[in-house]
Amino acid sequence: MASAYLEFIRIRFLTMLAYRVNYYSGIVIYSLNIGVYYFLWKAIYGDASQLGGFSAAQITTYVAVSWMARSFYFNNLDREIANEIRDGSVAIQMVRPYSYLLVKFMQGFGEGLFRLVMFMLPGLVVVMLLFPLDLPEEPWRWAVFFLMILFSFLINSQINLLTGMIAFWLENNQGVMSFKRVLVDLLSGVVLPISFFPGWARTVLEWLPFQAIAYLPGSAFTGTLNGSEVAYAIGVQAAWSLALILPIMLMWRAARRRMFVQGG
Amino acid sequence: MAAGGFFFKVSFVLSLFREYLANYLKTKLAYRADFWAEVISDLMFNAANLVFIFVVFRHTAALGDWSEAEILFVYGYYMIPYGIFSCFFSLWDFSERYIVRGEMDRVLTRPANSFVQVMLENVDPSQLVGSVVGFVILVSAWASLGLPVDWYDPLVLIVMVIGSVMVYAGIYAALSAVSFFTDSPIGITPLLWNIQNYGRYPVEIYNRAIRFFLTWVLPFAFVGVYPASFFLERHQNLGMAWLTPVVGAAVMFAGLKIWNFGVRRYRGAGS
Repeated sequence: MASAYLEFIRIRFLTMLAYRVNYYSGIVIYSLNIGVYYFLWKAIYGDASQLGGFSAAQITTYVAVSWMARSFYFNNLDREIANEIRDGSVAIQMVRPYSYLLVKFMQGFGEGLFRLVMFMLPGLVVVMLLFPLDLPEEPWRWAVFFLMILFSFLINSQINLLTGMIAFWLENNQGVMSFKRVLVDLLSGVVLPISFFPGWARTVLEWLPFQAIAYLPGSAFTGTLNGSEVAYAIGVQAAWSLALILPIMLMWRAARRRMFVQGG
Repeated sequence: MAAGGFFFKVSFVLSLFREYLANYLKTKLAYRADFWAEVISDLMFNAANLVFIFVVFRHTAALGDWSEAEILFVYGYYMIPYGIFSCFFSLWDFSERYIVRGEMDRVLTRPANSFVQVMLENVDPSQLVGSVVGFVILVSAWASLGLPVDWYDPLVLIVMVIGSVMVYAGIYAALSAVSFFTDSPIGITPLLWNIQNYGRYPVEIYNRAIRFFLTWVLPFAFVGVYPASFFLERHQNLGMAWLTPVVGAAVMFAGLKIWNFGVRRYRGAGS
């Protein structure tokens, strides 16, 4: 059975290879984004040497690495699920002898792996050559970073599964999905490290799952988190990825009972 | 005769517009909850960008030499043409809907111009809420900067906004036309969606390459910072500001040419 799920990863990986224009345009997007944010942050820092706990060199690294990590953990599982619910094909998948959500998750992982290998790693090299990055020298930081973005993928995909399943209740959940996308980008810390927010907002954000997606791995990599803080951050990520399983299962159970397919 | 023909064409398009709008309202009223979710999510997107500006200016007094109110002014301006553009030209999933699923074949069997039809089929007035909010931001930034109000300012604003909308429309027409040449879905929209956001920050903060790109390649600097600079005394850049309607007209013209060229080359995805 497990090998069937692995097959889904492989197939999605190969599908990604087929859409080459997508791949090239992705590279352009991410390098442009990193470039623009690099200059934006340079202008923001001006002569200041440290803002929000980040030095100017650290923020550049943080931004570059966060965008690169985003290319790995980002996926459109919510959109895919919502589309399959709307066109009714979810019903056929439900009678097949596998877990629909797990299959979606595996497909997302295939996509993520593709971008990790074909995109994130070469991209990181290019970005390293273009911008003065402050990469960590300790090998353990690299190891921890890759472990942490695995959790980022997990949490982000779980949130996507939840948002996608809303389509069982709202026939058209486009609005909810773009709402979620904005929320994740802002509150996960890709565009703005959580430590820049005012104190009260920080307290709120620390209790939400979003910061575990980008802020925690980015901070561990750039070195604003150290020693036991890193261990704590991994603990937070693990806790969220476990905690999110429950609402997913509850929602899936409720959805199966309520599902109707329009036409055939 | 030529004038009469033109008049007929325009009134024909306007009558189509009325029909499509009525249809739009009917579908939207059927999914009321989603309509509001859409309006709110669009506003949220802008709110997120504003949060970025507010939070960043808690740590610094200036971005380059632009103050917070000036950046907000540019942002308010940026929202106005963007809202109008997304109301009339939401071609977000053009390749998916029209090429892959073959909807384009249906469009081409009808007598009205194909671009006008695609545009009308996707009219989305809820987007105008963003323009209104942008206008409010612009006016309040105007007041807090203490900028003078000249009699011609409203007129110039209208001209600039039209120019910016044409920049958007031209670029999107051209890039949607790319899908006529390939039948695989292309991920070009997220690309644009990202790039268009860069024009709302002062271009001087970027390096030469990005500045050149935003001014002459994909001229998104003309949907934000250049036209807005007309009103900002400290950063007034009259030359670039007045180029906005010119660039708008040129880009729109080129975009429609590319669209028409694409339509002629289009052979259908088959089914």
